Amino acid sequence: MATQTDLQSTWSPKYLLGRTPLSRRRALWGLALVAPNTLGLLFFFGIPVVLSFVTAFHEWNGIKPPIFNGLENFQTLLNDPKFWQALGNTLKLVLITVPIGTLLSLSIAILLNQRLHGRSFFRTLYFLPVVTSTVAASIVWAWIFQAHYGLLNNLLAGFGLLDLNWLTRPDLVLIPIAVVTIWQRVGFYMILFLAGLQNVPRSLYEAALIDGATRWQRFRYITVPMLSPTTFLIVVLSVIGSFQIFDQVFIMTARTAAGGVGGSATTLSYYLYQKGFVGGEFGYASAIGLAMFAMMLAVTIFQLRLQRRWVYYESTDG
Amino acid sequence: MAESTRRPARRLADAPEQVARREEFSPAMRWLIYGILIFGAIIMFLPFIWMVSSACKPQAEINIVPMTFIPQNVSCLQNVTELYENSEDFNRNLLNTAIMTIGRTLGQLITCSLAAYGFARFQFPGRSVLFALCLGLLMIPFQAILIPEYLLIRSLGWRNTFMALIVPGAFSVFALFLLRQAFLQIPLELEEAATIDGANPLQVLWYVTLPLSIPALAAFAVITIQAAWNDFLYPLVVANAEETRVVTIGISLLQGQRDTPWNLLMMGSLIATLPMLVLFVLLQRYFIEGVSMSGVKR
Repeated sequence: MATQTDLQSTWSPKYLLGRTPLSRRRALWGLALVAPNTLGLLFFFGIPVVLSFVTAFHEWNGIKPPIFNGLENFQTLLNDPKFWQALGNTLKLVLITVPIGTLLSLSIAILLNQRLHGRSFFRTLYFLPVVTSTVAASIVWAWIFQAHYGLLNNLLAGFGLLDLNWLTRPDLVLIPIAVVTIWQRVGFYMILFLAGLQNVPRSLYEAALIDGATRWQRFRYITVPMLSPTTFLIVVLSVIGSFQIFDQVFIMTARTAAGGVGGSATTLSYYLYQKGFVGGEFGYASAIGLAMFAMMLAVTIFQLRLQRRWVYYESTDG
Repeated sequence: MAESTRRPARRLADAPEQVARREEFSPAMRWLIYGILIFGAIIMFLPFIWMVSSACKPQAEINIVPMTFIPQNVSCLQNVTELYENSEDFNRNLLNTAIMTIGRTLGQLITCSLAAYGFARFQFPGRSVLFALCLGLLMIPFQAILIPEYLLIRSLGWRNTFMALIVPGAFSVFALFLLRQAFLQIPLELEEAATIDGANPLQVLWYVTLPLSIPALAAFAVITIQAAWNDFLYPLVVANAEETRVVTIGISLLQGQRDTPWNLLMMGSLIATLPMLVLFVLLQRYFIEGVSMSGVKR
C-alpha cells in the first residue's frame, strides 16, 4: 500500500519540480532567474527564426497582404543570375580571407609566443583594429584604396606599378574588401591562438628537446596537433564571419557603384539587404536568408565531420 | 635551428635551464623575428596614422601628390567644425550610439547574470533543454533572420525608436555563456555560507557571486560595449530616422555623398572610433580575457 502511494505521489504535478520542499523552491528560483533572458531570446530571435520559414514561402512587398506561393521564391533563386553572382563573390571572399587570416594570425601568435621584449606592445598594436567599427575601418581603407590619390596607389607607384582603380574594377574590388576583413580579424584570432599556445604543456616540448627534435619537428608534431582544436574553432568562426560580409561592401562601394560595378562586390548579405530593404521583396529576401543559413549550416556540418581527420583532442577532461 | 641539430641526440641529464636555453633563437633569428613583427605592426597601424593624418589636413592638401604624413597646415579643429556643418547632426548620432550601448550593456548585465546564475546553480526541470536551445540560437546567422526581425520590430510599432535599438540587444547568448562559465568557477561554499546566513538567491548573487566575478563582468562589458558601439546593419534597418540614427550610419551617410571630402570622412571615422580605442587602451586586459574566454572549448 505504502509503495503504491509513493509511486502515485512521485508522478503528481506537485513533485514535478522536486521531491523535497527545498528542492522545489530552488527549482522555482532557477526558473525565475533564467526566465527573463530565455523569454527575451525566444521572443526576439526565436520568433524571427520561425517567421523566416513563413515569409520565405510567400510573395510579399511588406505592404499588401502576403500571398502564399510555395517554393516559387526558391525556384526564382535558382534561376537568378544575380544570386549566383553574389554566392560566387561570397565564396571567393571566404576562400581569400579564411586561409590568409588564419595563417597570418597563427604566424603572429607563434612569433609573439617567444620570449621577446615588447610582446604586450605588439599584441596591443595587432589587436587595435579589432575594436574599431567595420564601418570606420572600411571608410579608412576605401580612402587608402582610392584611385589616383589613394595611399596605396602612391606607394605602389614607387615600385613602378600603374594607378589601379581598386574599387571600380570588377576583377579587383574583392581585394580591398578582403583586406579590411583580414586586417580587422587577425588580432582577434591571434589572441585565440596565443591562448591555445599557452595551453600546450611545456613538458611535451621538454621531452621532445631531450629526444633531440628540431625546431621544425617540434612545431610540426607538437604545436600543430595540440593547436588543432583552436585552429578548427577559428576556421569555423571565420567561415561564418566571411559568409556574412556586409558592412565592408556597403561602405566601400557607396561612392562609386553600390554593390560594385555590375554587382561585382555584391555578397549574399548585401543582396539580401538590397532585395528586402531597397526592392521591398520581403518574401524573396527571406528565401535568400534561409538559403544562406542552410549553406552555412551545411559547411559547418561538413567541417565538423572533417575535423575527425585532423583535429586532435587531448583525452583529459578540461 | 642549426643550434639544436648540432647537439647530440640524447642527453638525459640535461638541466631544465639548458633545455630552456636551447629552445631560444639565435641572435640573428631574434632580429629577424623583431623585423617581421615591426613590419607587421607598421602595416596594422598604418591605417590609423593615415586616418589621423588625413583628418588633420585641410582640403587643399588632401589630394596632393607626393603625399605627406604630417600635414603642412594642421587643421584638426577646423575639420571638426566643417564635419558638424556637413553632417545632419553628428552629436545626436554619437549620443544615440551611447544610449544604445549603455542600454544594451545594462540590459544584458541584468538578464544574463540572472540567467547565468540560474543555469549555473539551480536544478530545475528542462534546464539542459533550455540551455541547449539558447546555445542553438548562437548558430543562427543574424542576416538570415534580418527580414523577420525587421517585421517583428515593425509589428511592435518600434521602428525608429530606442526600444528597437536597445531591447532586443538586452538579451544575449554569448554573455549568458561567458558569465555562466565564470560563476561555475566560484567556490560553492561561499554561496552556501551566505544562504545559511539567510540570504535569498538574489542577495547571494548580488553580494557574493557578482563581486567575485568582477574580471569576467569586465570582460563581458567591454565586449558588449564594443559590439553595440560598432553595430551597423541592424540599426540601419530598424532605426534609420534622424532622431534615432547611430554614429556608424551617420558616417556612412557622409561617405555615400560623393562630394564629401576625405579629410572630413577621416575626421568622422576618427571621432566615431576614438571612444573604443581609449576604452581598449585602458581596459586591454579585459578585452583580451574576454576574447580568450570566448575561445575556450565547451
